[in-house]
Amino acid sequence: MAAYVFRRLIVSVLILLGVSFITFFLLYALPADPVRQIAGRSATAQTVENIRQQLGLDQPLLVQYWRYLTGLVQGDLGRSYLQRTDVGTLIAARLPASLLLMAGAIGCELVLGLTMGVIAALKRGTATDQSLMIASFVGVSAPQFVVGLLLLYVFAVQLGWFPIGGYGTWAHLVLPSLTLGIMGSGWYSRMMRSSMVDVLRADYIRTARAKGLTRRRVILRHALPNAILPVIAMIGIDIGIFMGGIVVVESVFGWPGIGQLAWQAIQRVDIPIIMGVTLVSACAIVLGNLLADLVTPLIDPRIKLR
Amino acid sequence: MKRLLTSTALIAALAMPAIAQDYTPDPNAQPGGAITITYKDDVATLDPAIGYDWQNWSMIKSIFDGLMDYIPGTTELRPGLAESYEISEDGLTYTFKLRDGVTFHNGREMTAEDVKYSLDRVTDPETQSPGAGFFGAIEGYDAAASGEAEGLSGVKVIDDQTIEITLTRPDATFLHVMALNFASVVPQEAVEAAGGDFGKEPVGTGAFKLGEWTIGQRLVFEKFEDHWREGVPYLDQITFEVGQEPIVALLRLQNGEVDVPGDGIPPAKFVEVMNDPAQAERVVEGGQLHTGYITMNTQMPPFDDVKVRQAVNMAINKDRIIQIINGRAVPANQPLPPSMPGYTENYEGYQYDIEAAKALLAEAGHPDGFETELFVMNTDPNPRIAQAIQQDLKQIGIDASIQSLAQANVIAAGGEKEQAPMIWSGGMAWIADFPDPSNFYGPILGCAGAVPGGWNWSWYCNEELDAMAAEADSMADPEQAEERLGKWSDVYMKVMEDAPWVPVFNEQRYTMKSERMGGDDALYVDPVSIPVNYDYVYVTEQ
Repeated sequence: MAAYVFRRLIVSVLILLGVSFITFFLLYALPADPVRQIAGRSATAQTVENIRQQLGLDQPLLVQYWRYLTGLVQGDLGRSYLQRTDVGTLIAARLPASLLLMAGAIGCELVLGLTMGVIAALKRGTATDQSLMIASFVGVSAPQFVVGLLLLYVFAVQLGWFPIGGYGTWAHLVLPSLTLGIMGSGWYSRMMRSSMVDVLRADYIRTARAKGLTRRRVILRHALPNAILPVIAMIGIDIGIFMGGIVVVESVFGWPGIGQLAWQAIQRVDIPIIMGVTLVSACAIVLGNLLADLVTPLIDPRIKLR
Repeated sequence: MKRLLTSTALIAALAMPAIAQDYTPDPNAQPGGAITITYKDDVATLDPAIGYDWQNWSMIKSIFDGLMDYIPGTTELRPGLAESYEISEDGLTYTFKLRDGVTFHNGREMTAEDVKYSLDRVTDPETQSPGAGFFGAIEGYDAAASGEAEGLSGVKVIDDQTIEITLTRPDATFLHVMALNFASVVPQEAVEAAGGDFGKEPVGTGAFKLGEWTIGQRLVFEKFEDHWREGVPYLDQITFEVGQEPIVALLRLQNGEVDVPGDGIPPAKFVEVMNDPAQAERVVEGGQLHTGYITMNTQMPPFDDVKVRQAVNMAINKDRIIQIINGRAVPANQPLPPSMPGYTENYEGYQYDIEAAKALLAEAGHPDGFETELFVMNTDPNPRIAQAIQQDLKQIGIDASIQSLAQANVIAAGGEKEQAPMIWSGGMAWIADFPDPSNFYGPILGCAGAVPGGWNWSWYCNEELDAMAAEADSMADPEQAEERLGKWSDVYMKVMEDAPWVPVFNEQRYTMKSERMGGDDALYVDPVSIPVNYDYVYVTEQ
């Protein structure tokens, strides 16, 4: 087990290195010249050259990349070109909001997805089952900015149940988490349904029934715990999926997380911020997947890590 | 629409003694209250040497002061931290007398040393200020900007209340330069204490001080009780909520949660808002120092032929283009916007006339037209505008293919000599840094801008006009102000003869406000403070 974790960590570092390398070169291949952006439109050629030297942007790309990496090892993500502040500070200030949103989304998708999946499995083949599965299909397919705006319009503007965007109270958390969680809940309900259907066919369920247990007890004590395990193992992977989703959801709801930071930085071509957020997201994805893999054998002893 | 100024107004301001001209406070104004303003993007920085976008520009204006300032709601200069100033006979030496008893937000009194420090700082290459170039006329600028000398030799402290600035050439725009945010006075100890983060911990002499800044969420400005201008500001507090989509901001405004959506009315909602009388009456419309134009690369055939450029000028249906943006602009016939001093009132421009355009094109040897490319920024409504231009050009036989690219790519293409035959400037168009006609010439129409990486995308370089422009800007004597504006008007008329641009429209500004917001409409379309002049607006109920 320890050897496995160690090996996976090494691979993770290599993956992150690869991500940083590709992102760095893609960003610097952009035709936007960061120095001109900093220098402004009234700058003389000499000013532009001065700034280029000060930032080390006159060096070959590989040298710049090496400098970036050495900074990174010391925990320095560089300085934003336009905000003139440490990228690390900007990300640290916004990370808690993103984590809170993700926790909310995981809650939403579990509650919604598992409930729908269990009901569909129990009512298999009925109209309820079909409508739930169609609903989950819609949930998976609907673009998040559409879902977000729709929820915002209905529940915040028309009904006034929740605040229109913003951050601060629990009420602010509901709609963005729901938006982010709806897609996942679609996946979860389908997985939960098929897992539950399999379990309900298993011998030990027939035995439980034969013992004369109530239907309620069979489902809650025998079927559900077994059916839910493979689904739970997926949460780690969700973290990666959410990293993409938060860029959209945070922008729609004005949620002050790193997704919004990334979106603003992309629009302003603030390369160090884009770089920083990409790396932090990559870390989250790698860790999430690692977590998913480590949890699986705990849940199902038949799976061995090697 | 209220015309914000006429050229005569500016002349009056320059000719009068510095102290006489000022703003008459609104008699209905009441002090107190707090307002909420929303923005989509986070505020990049509040460092006056760095901030150079329209969002932080007006915020910085409220936290800091410079020697010069503008009368609220107008483009007329008035003294700011300077109580008065004198200009020497030769126009090379400016002596500013500072006001007594001006304190920074940290409680220390402001002196002439602070003015010198601030100007030295903004021109120091270490500061990397995008505004350093504006100070090029000050003696010793080149040495300071290249890092050879510490500080500007042309800025001298005479005593605590007096500062003398020497220029290498007479510069009629110098007082405007001293009113730019880049010339704001900052306290050295606060800049040094902040390390590199003065932009996040600003300390100035302005009407508001920064109370709280929660990154990604909000900034709170609080009234600076010891502000030197009596009775200013009216508001106790302004909260800027960031990260709010314009459409969400509009909904919140309708709910009474927001007072001014800083990003304006979202285009998709514009018609709806303007057709609803209850909402439309809370929208203030005003001019902007902005011109949207099509550049034609004068170094690339067939646009090297003036007849071709003139023909294109006649072929563009500007009214139709304005319809595309829901009428949020007025047609333009010259580079300067109507609210800019030096605008030529009685000029008719090239009239829309397809037949005449065709004839001119045939005369130039292109009876069947030609093929070319039109570069455009890829965000709405610019590609749609480009399509309209494409159709107009088709009418006279010019077959233009559209290159729709990210902003940075279009700017890069424009800055290369023979890269972009035509560019629609939308989304990148020139908005004046200060309300003076010279600001629309040098970088975008003068020879200085026709260099690799420059902003003169027509690559138009007329040395005769450059000389005229230089001559106009050397007329620093306030007595010559009218003559100078006349000269600038001539320069732009000559530009129109050579037709390197098709001036298409001047965007109008629309600021929406909540019912409780009070103050003259001009404060809500202040030409130098977008969206509103924070120091002078007030609330009628708290």
